[in-house]
Amino acid sequence: MGGGELPGLLVNEIGGIHGILYLITMKEFIENRKHMSKKIQAIYLWWHKPVIDQELLQSLPNLKVIANSGVGMDHLDLKLIASFGVKMANCPHAVSTSTADTGMALLLASARRLVEGYHIVISSCMEYCEASFLGAEVTGATLGIIGMGSIGYKIALRAKAFEMNILYHNRTRRKEQEEQAVGATYCEKIDDLLRQADFVMVVVSLTPQTHKLIGKREMELMKPTATLINISRGAVVDQEALVTALQTGVIRAAALDVTYPEPLPRDHTLLKLKNVIITPHLGIRTDKAAYMITEEAVENILAALNGLPIPNEVLPS
Amino acid sequence: MWYHRPVITAELLQTLPNLKIVASSGMGIDHLDLDLLSSYGVKLSNTPFVVSTDTADLGMALMLACSRRLVEGYQMAVSPDTEYFPSDWLGSEVSGMTLGIVGMGTTGYKVAQRAKAFEMKILYHNRHQRNKEEESAVGATYCKKIDDLLQQSDFVLLSVSLTPQTHKLIGKRELELMKPTATLINISRGLAVDQDALVEALQNKIIKAAGLDVTYPEPLPRDHPLLKLKNVLITPHIGGATKKTHRLMMENMVESIQASLAGLPVPNEVL
Repeated sequence: MGGGELPGLLVNEIGGIHGILYLITMKEFIENRKHMSKKIQAIYLWWHKPVIDQELLQSLPNLKVIANSGVGMDHLDLKLIASFGVKMANCPHAVSTSTADTGMALLLASARRLVEGYHIVISSCMEYCEASFLGAEVTGATLGIIGMGSIGYKIALRAKAFEMNILYHNRTRRKEQEEQAVGATYCEKIDDLLRQADFVMVVVSLTPQTHKLIGKREMELMKPTATLINISRGAVVDQEALVTALQTGVIRAAALDVTYPEPLPRDHTLLKLKNVIITPHLGIRTDKAAYMITEEAVENILAALNGLPIPNEVLPS
Repeated sequence: MWYHRPVITAELLQTLPNLKIVASSGMGIDHLDLDLLSSYGVKLSNTPFVVSTDTADLGMALMLACSRRLVEGYQMAVSPDTEYFPSDWLGSEVSGMTLGIVGMGTTGYKVAQRAKAFEMKILYHNRHQRNKEEESAVGATYCKKIDDLLQQSDFVLLSVSLTPQTHKLIGKRELELMKPTATLINISRGLAVDQDALVEALQNKIIKAAGLDVTYPEPLPRDHPLLKLKNVLITPHIGGATKKTHRLMMENMVESIQASLAGLPVPNEVL
């Protein structure tokens, strides 16, 4: 059980890759640093663990690659890792479909008040007025997508089938054919999107530029009947401003698959608001996505270990 | 008539000698005795197409919520006991899976249009096969035998109207033909499903889950097993419940009433 010939792969806990890599858990590594540290050539991150810090990087002289199991890299210090000559990779393809589905699930659940409706059905009180329980229409409404990368684009493809009017805001404009395929209109200024959208879907990666991208100003530009859906990172939205906006009717509702932190402290106001749906970072939580992510990560790891170009390398720029 | 009230009985009809029309909101007319109404010379209208879009949207909402375990996830996210989200807590994928639509009328077809964008493989069962253009527009394959649809589908969506033929259309036999990983979505009428058989199927993992906008009765008695099962999502018959649709339904009903009072042909008349 020494795994002398196979390259060592450090993981947080055991999850299922074997035969081409020798799995070493964090627990094993900590208990046996001296023996294990030279074996480890790759790290596979699952839900941001193990934590990559200076100390860990210094203790792994033969580390060649860190493969992340999702697409977001905001939890990693890319420059620090690169300074050790270690390459990094993520899994952009495996996550995009599941995350787009999550965005649509949240949009529909919020608009049609699914969670509230369910609680009415199971509550011990039989009296309620059917006729006054109304949701917001999805078909024909205007969807504003902020961040039109692979995930944002897949959302647009789905929303088009609901005959939604699609606006988008992005660092760069997409090609005309891509826009036409989903019937999307580019909003160079985010304000134009915010003013017109019935649903604002945030699908950006977290960078210093997108930190608190949606704050008090942006929410006040939104329609009072609008819904904010966040499937990117909690820190993209100014959470305190969001609480105020929801409490004072500046916007109608919010659906958040991500918060800062995750999970929120149990006494956080967001957990108590009736017009908020919070989900536990469902983005890629499907059996299929988990499998595809691991496949993609292993591909990245093997390429790095064999000195070949890494399919989904992430550079520290 | 809104949400099936007031209830139309012979007694009521006898007391209203000048009643010309009953305008019923929504699509279903299974709550009305058509013979009784016509014997009193009273016309009937409904609002068949207005609700179909919102109902199709709700069908998709239920499918996504069930497979991604949205309500369970919400409960975990807000529960006072939650300390972290377990890394092996997973739902199942919707995109790319097989959807079997039972009842490909206006609503069923709209579901197909939406499901196509999720790259779902679409099968359908209907009294009549749709024409080639309609089928290829949504990539749907006709299953003359419902069994074929049931055996292949990851999601079985019911969007039939309730008739004597569709009463308990999905019973023990049908549920057993479904995959153990399949989810049943009902946006038609509670009585299209044998509810007791459904409870048993869910308890014994014959099928994985169910998403029901309709039950029998509505609401269910407070001690009904369906309300306690973890793998069931029930909504309070909100298929057509949006502001826009309610207004449109009302406009349609007023139109029908005005036409009948003026002795003109009645739009949306049910014959």
